[in-house]
Amino acid sequence: MTEWIHPSVFYIPGAFLLPFLRGRIQKAGMLLIPLLGMASMYLMMRLPHGTYWTWNFLGQSMCFGSVDKLSIVFGWVFTIMSFIGMMYALHVDEAGQHVAALLYVGGSLGVTFAGDYLTLFIFWELMAFSSVYLVFARREPDAIAAGFRYILVHAFGGVCLLAGVVLYAMSGGSMLVGPLEQNGSLAFYLMLIGVIINAAVPPLHAWLTDAYPEGTVTGSVFMSAFTTKTAVYVLVRVFPGAEILVYLGTIMALYGVVYAVLENDARRLLAYHIVSQVGYMVTGVGIGTEMSLNGSVSHAFAHILYKGLLFMGAGAVIHMTGRRKLTELGGLYRTMPITLVLYMIGGFAISAFPLFSGFVTKSMVVAAASHDHRPLVALLLTMASSGTFLHTGLKLPYYMFFGKDSGLEAKEPPSNMLWAMTIAAFLCIAIGCYPKPLYDLLPFPVDFDPYTGDHVTSALGILLFTGLGFFMLLKKLDPEPTISIDTDWFYRKGSRVFMWVASKPVATTDDYVGNIYKTWFSRFTLVFSDIFARILDVRGIDGAVNGIANFFLALSRLVRVTATGLVRHYAATMLIGGIVILGYYLFATLMSL
Amino acid sequence: MIGMIRRIVLFIGDPANSKKVKKIGIAMLIVTFISDFFVHREHAMYIWDRIPGWGALYGFVSCVVIILASKFYGHQCGIMRDEDYYND
Repeated sequence: MTEWIHPSVFYIPGAFLLPFLRGRIQKAGMLLIPLLGMASMYLMMRLPHGTYWTWNFLGQSMCFGSVDKLSIVFGWVFTIMSFIGMMYALHVDEAGQHVAALLYVGGSLGVTFAGDYLTLFIFWELMAFSSVYLVFARREPDAIAAGFRYILVHAFGGVCLLAGVVLYAMSGGSMLVGPLEQNGSLAFYLMLIGVIINAAVPPLHAWLTDAYPEGTVTGSVFMSAFTTKTAVYVLVRVFPGAEILVYLGTIMALYGVVYAVLENDARRLLAYHIVSQVGYMVTGVGIGTEMSLNGSVSHAFAHILYKGLLFMGAGAVIHMTGRRKLTELGGLYRTMPITLVLYMIGGFAISAFPLFSGFVTKSMVVAAASHDHRPLVALLLTMASSGTFLHTGLKLPYYMFFGKDSGLEAKEPPSNMLWAMTIAAFLCIAIGCYPKPLYDLLPFPVDFDPYTGDHVTSALGILLFTGLGFFMLLKKLDPEPTISIDTDWFYRKGSRVFMWVASKPVATTDDYVGNIYKTWFSRFTLVFSDIFARILDVRGIDGAVNGIANFFLALSRLVRVTATGLVRHYAATMLIGGIVILGYYLFATLMSL
Repeated sequence: MIGMIRRIVLFIGDPANSKKVKKIGIAMLIVTFISDFFVHREHAMYIWDRIPGWGALYGFVSCVVIILASKFYGHQCGIMRDEDYYND
C-alpha cells in the first residue's frame, strides 16, 4: 500500500542528507524533516488502522507499519518533540549531532510502528547507537566515559531483549508485537528486563542519570524525550497488567525523588525526575486497566513535552554560564527572566498544577490506582508528586535563578532556543487547559474529568503546602558539592575490584618471571660466559649476552606495561566483542527459525 | 508582554519585596486551605478523601518526610561522596 508513509522515511534518509547541506539550507532541512514527519502523522490519522509495509526478509516477515491508536499517539508526540528539539539545536554548527538526533528519532518511530519483534529490535538498536553520539559529542573525558557505560548497558539490554524474543519464538510464540502471556517463562523475563532497562527502572536505571547530564546541551533534550518513552510504549504494548510493574513503578517514583534531594548537578536532578515520572507510567502499565493505560500513555505524551522544556531551560543556563552545579549558580533571575518563566511553566506542568499538562495526565494514573483498589500505591504516588514540585518546581529554580547571587553575567539564550521553549511551554499549558484533543488520541475511551472541585483544591493543597515545607526547611536543602552513589557503582567501582583481581595476578606473575630471569638466567649466562670467556672472544660473548638480556629486559618492560595499563581496555573490548558475538548468534538463530 | 513578565520576575526576585511576596504566599495557602472545605466530594474513594484539608496536610508531611529521609539516607548511609570519588 502506497498511501501510508512511515515518518522515519524522512528522518533516516534525511539524517544522511543533512551533512551535505550548508548554512541556511541545512537549518531549513533540520526543521523541514520534523514537519514532514508531522505531516505523515496527520495523513495517518485519516487512514484505517491495520498493517502496512510488510516485506519478506530472508524468510522472516517484517512489518514496518503497524498502525493503531496507541502507535499514533506516540508517533504524534515523537514528531512534535523532534521539531522542538531541532529548533532548540538550530544554532549548533556540528552536523554530526543533528545526524545522530535524526537517526535517534527515526529509531523511536521505527519501534513505534514495528509490527514484529525483529523490526522492533533493529530500530531499538539504532536508537541506542545513534543516541550515544549525543553524549560523546560533548568531547570531555567524563562524557566519553559516560558514553561508553551508556552503550554497554544498552548493548546488554538489547541482547536480553533479543534473547527473550528468540526463546519466545522457539517456544512457538508469535513474532507479532502484542501482549505477552504472563506465564513467568524465561523468555518473558528476558524481554521484560530488556525493556525495563530502557525504561530506567531501578536498579537498572543508572545509565540514565549517568549519561544524560553528560550529553551536549541540545543532545540531552532529545535523550530526555525518546529512550524511556519508547520503552514505555513497548511496555504498554507488550506487558499490560504485569503485576510486578506496579511495585517497580511505585518504588521508581519515590526513588528518583530521594536522589533528587541529594543532587547538585542541575541536569542530573532533572534526570532523576525522569526516573520518578516514568515510575507513574510503569505503574499505570502494571495496573493494566483501560484507565491506567490511558493514564500512562497520556502522561508519556505530557512528560515528553514538559521534560524537554525543563532540559531546555537548564540547558540554556548551562549554555550561557558554562556551569552546571547548583552550588555555583544563583541570582540569574535578573539576567534570564524569560528563561526562568519558561522553565517554571515546565516545572508547574511536571508538578501537576491545575491548568498545566501534568495535572490532566498524572492524576489519571493516580485515580486509576484508586479505582483499582490500591490505596497505598495512590498515596505513595501522591507523595512522589509532592517531591516533584519540591525539586523541579522549587529547589532547582530557587538555587539556579534566585538564592545566593553567584555574580554570573549571563544573557538570555539565542532566540531559536527561546522559541523552542516557548512552543513546548505553550503545549504544556494548552494540554492542561483543554485536554480533550489529547484524550481523544488515547487508545481507550476516556471517562475521567480532572477538573472536579475537590481534585483541584486537594492538588493545590498538596503543592502549596509542599512549598511551605520547602521554605521552612530551606537551610536543610542547600545543595552540597557532592555526588551520590547509585547502582552504577557496581560497574564503575565494582569494575575496579575486577580490575584489581585481573591485574594483581598478572603483575605478580610478571614479577615472578622477572625474578627467575634475574636470579637464574642472568646468573647462569654470567657463569657460562665466565667459563667460556677465556676460550671465546670476550667481546663477542658479552655482546651477545647483553643483547639478549637487553632484548628480554625490553620485552618484559613491554609486557609489564601491556599487562597493567591495557587490561582495562582488554576487558572492555572483550565485553563489547562478547556482546556483539552473542547478539550475532541470537540474530542468526532468529533468522533460521 | 515580555516587558511585563520581566517586571514581575524582577519584583519577586528583589530582596526588598520579600515581605510582600511572603504575604502573598501566605494568603494563597490560607485561601487554598479554606476552599477545600467548600467543595463537593462525590468522587471520594477513601476515608482521607473526605477529610477537608487532607491535601494540605499530606503535602506538608510528604515534603518534610522526603527531605529528612533523603538527607538521612544521603549522609548516614554513605551515599553522598566527594565529587572526584570516581576519578581517583
